[in-house]
Amino acid sequence: MEQIIFYILAAIIVIFAVAAVNSRKILHAVIYLLFVLASVAGIYFLVNYNFLAALQLAIYAGGVIVLIIFSVMLTHNIDAQLEIASLKSKLIAGALSIGGMAVTLYAIYSYQFNSIENHQAIEVSDIGLKLLSFERGGYVLPFEVISILLLAILIGAIVIAKGQHLIEQEHKQNQQKL
Amino acid sequence: MDFSYTVLIPLIPLFVFLVVGIFSNYLNPKVAGAIGVLGLSTTTLLSLYTAYKYFFEVGKVNEVYQTIIGTKTTWIHFSEVLHIDMGVLLDPISIMMLVVVSSISLMVHIYSLGYMKGEIGFNRYYAFLSLFTFSMYSLVVATNIFQMYIFWELVGVSSFLLIGYYYDKPSAVAAAKKAFIVTRFADIGFLIGILILSFYAGTFDFQELNNPQGSLILNGVGSSFMGLSVIAWALILMFMGGAGKSAMFPLHIWLPDAMEGPTPVSALIHAATMVVAGVYLVARMFPLYYFIDGGFVLQIVAYVGAFTSLFAGVIACTQNDIKRVLAFSTMSQIGYMMLALGVSGFSGHEGLGYMAAMFHLFTHAMFKALLFLGAGSVIHAVHSNMMKDMGGLRKYMPISNITFLIAALAISGIPPFAGFFSKDEILVAALEKSPLLFAIEWAVAGVTAFYMFRIYFGIFWGKENSYAHTPHESPWVMTIPLMFLALMSIVAGFIPFSEFIAADRMPFEAHFNILVSTVSASVGVVGIVVAWIFYKSENNIPERVSKAFGAFYTWAFHKFYFDELYLFVTKKIIFNGVSASFAWFDKKVVDDGMIGIGNATLNTSEKIKKLQSGKFQDYATWFILGAIALTLYFLSKN
Amino acid sequence: MISGISIYHILTLTSILFFIGVYGFITRKNLIAILISIELILNASVINFVIFNTYLYPNRLEGVFFSIFIIAIAAAESALAVSIIVSFYRMIASVAVKDTETLKY
Repeated sequence: MEQIIFYILAAIIVIFAVAAVNSRKILHAVIYLLFVLASVAGIYFLVNYNFLAALQLAIYAGGVIVLIIFSVMLTHNIDAQLEIASLKSKLIAGALSIGGMAVTLYAIYSYQFNSIENHQAIEVSDIGLKLLSFERGGYVLPFEVISILLLAILIGAIVIAKGQHLIEQEHKQNQQKL
Repeated sequence: MDFSYTVLIPLIPLFVFLVVGIFSNYLNPKVAGAIGVLGLSTTTLLSLYTAYKYFFEVGKVNEVYQTIIGTKTTWIHFSEVLHIDMGVLLDPISIMMLVVVSSISLMVHIYSLGYMKGEIGFNRYYAFLSLFTFSMYSLVVATNIFQMYIFWELVGVSSFLLIGYYYDKPSAVAAAKKAFIVTRFADIGFLIGILILSFYAGTFDFQELNNPQGSLILNGVGSSFMGLSVIAWALILMFMGGAGKSAMFPLHIWLPDAMEGPTPVSALIHAATMVVAGVYLVARMFPLYYFIDGGFVLQIVAYVGAFTSLFAGVIACTQNDIKRVLAFSTMSQIGYMMLALGVSGFSGHEGLGYMAAMFHLFTHAMFKALLFLGAGSVIHAVHSNMMKDMGGLRKYMPISNITFLIAALAISGIPPFAGFFSKDEILVAALEKSPLLFAIEWAVAGVTAFYMFRIYFGIFWGKENSYAHTPHESPWVMTIPLMFLALMSIVAGFIPFSEFIAADRMPFEAHFNILVSTVSASVGVVGIVVAWIFYKSENNIPERVSKAFGAFYTWAFHKFYFDELYLFVTKKIIFNGVSASFAWFDKKVVDDGMIGIGNATLNTSEKIKKLQSGKFQDYATWFILGAIALTLYFLSKN
Repeated sequence: MISGISIYHILTLTSILFFIGVYGFITRKNLIAILISIELILNASVINFVIFNTYLYPNRLEGVFFSIFIIAIAAAESALAVSIIVSFYRMIASVAVKDTETLKY
């Protein structure tokens, strides 16, 4: 049963990933990406990592996709067709990707992984305790660093997206008020 | 007595040069001129004071004039043996030269206040004059031959700068280049001579080199080359440098062209001081010249001098540019000095020629500077160098007329003017050595009188030109130097030079040879009379005579085609024949090689710069390729 | 761990996903499309971390944490990328890659 679900998910991932990088409409590409991300969450469910699956759905499917859709809305005509790459560059990229994949797969299959039988789920409370632990093996420092990073990104994104244009307008408005 | 203050004599003009040169754009010309004249006056006073102290108080010990080192420092110290000193050497001839240079330079400085008034670059002119004076002082007081060489080149540079003073005039630029290149070419010989001499002698110092009891003169050097000792060859090479500077045949071609410079410069550099540096060099090294190989080199000096004086005298008779006549006359008179040195012995009355050369150098500086300054005064009035633009000026310019006449009489050897005495001594010395040389010089004396009075009559008498505006006498700053030099031209002959200057430093009594003096004075008179007949009033005698000489006249008029000969040799033979192959190598191999390297770099970078396309996807492609390659590498290693 | 599915299967899937992302990154001509490709690449690596944790070290949590951090950083990166794209669009009214090629020789 799980096997079949995995193959279905794998098929969805591969097909929609290919569709996402080949679609001529940008909004379609974003939706295909959404399918891929959701299927990845499904894989997390399959391996009993429910918390991670929830994160995947909430952050990726919920946050990032919405963000990208908004940027598409802001910068594109919804009917606009994307420019396609030339055949030559497609061939080069394809050859490169297939070659890289062959090398990677060769490396994977030539290595003997020692899989351990295991079916138990991970408790969310374990993750939370370990994440905030400052003992040996605790992750409080990276956690804090990530939070600082997110704060910086928050401010940076606002500053960049706000841009010169708005400031000038404000300046003009202020001058008009004065 | 301490003579260390003499170091100020060269340093003051150097200081003036720096001040006037650096601030030349800010100084008022009057201030610059005043600084120059003030500086020169100070050094003149110092020189005269030094001369008085030396000759009359401290110089003579046991009837022999001593060499005094005023001051000396080591400039570059290579090793215990090889070091280059800078210093002040005082002996009779260097002090005499100090007096000559300072007084003529002072006169020229004063004269230039009037002559150069209103010229563009007046301050530059004074800066260069000071530079020249500094170099010339340092040259004459050099304690060693290397110091002399350094300042020898520096006077060449200042000469170059001053000849090219009117640098917007192509002929002046060409003349400056010519003077520099010709003298520089001669100086190669000088430098090689210095190197050979110092290599064998182990010293640059004049006192050690010239010591008649020194090892160099007594023992000589064993090695010889083509029948002459190596030292003799060195002396010949050094004389080549001196001949270049003194415009001796065949290195004379630069001097007539150097007249492109301002006239006071010609008076100072190309008549009185720098061009006699060659004479001074031979006089300075005289013991070596006399003792090495039995004075063989001195004979060369004598014959070169004699030939030049005749050769230049003949050309002078045919020229129409008064400055050029004076230039050839200068060459001729320097030839006299060289000849006098060449026929001189060393001690006692035999050393008459040495004394006569220095005597003639002294008197010639006075009357030739006077001639040039007088000519400058005339040129200033009529704005032309050519004799055909002058004539009948005696009414307008009485002072110039009389002073020029005095100078012309002096150079013609008419008693009691200065030239008579010095020329007489030279003739006596020549007669004692060789009747042939005496005959040449005797003839040249007549020729000198002829061409001198030819231009004198041409300028001040003859047919009166119609002048665009009436010529007038020059301002007092120009006439005062004329009058001073005229006075000197009269009285300088009465200085008993043999009391002061002798080859072996022991004063002797020079006898007055009544026969020789009568003969020389009479030939001078004959020259003057001929000139009087030819040029006193307008007639066609000169044309008839020049026609009678025919081809010879044309030949002389074109300076015996020496310029053309040199041009032929340099352009046709050296440039086309020898240099062309070097130029080919330079252009094709050296240049093209360098250009090829540059082009190869350029082409390669032009091709590979496409990699830097600015497309980040291209970069990503290369990155992935590299990552795959690295992975393959590591996989293959396991 | 999924019964009947070995680690090799899943790693094959992630490799395919990764290189699809690479292909998209190289061929796409639009900045947002490239951003999408980047998300694919990141997801492939996140799956890898999770799978290694599950199959090889089931009683530890490092893979999970790294996945969480990667997701956080990916979210941050997309936010920043989107803001840059928007600002870029405002400047030159385009989000095409060919308009960003000014940084070259």
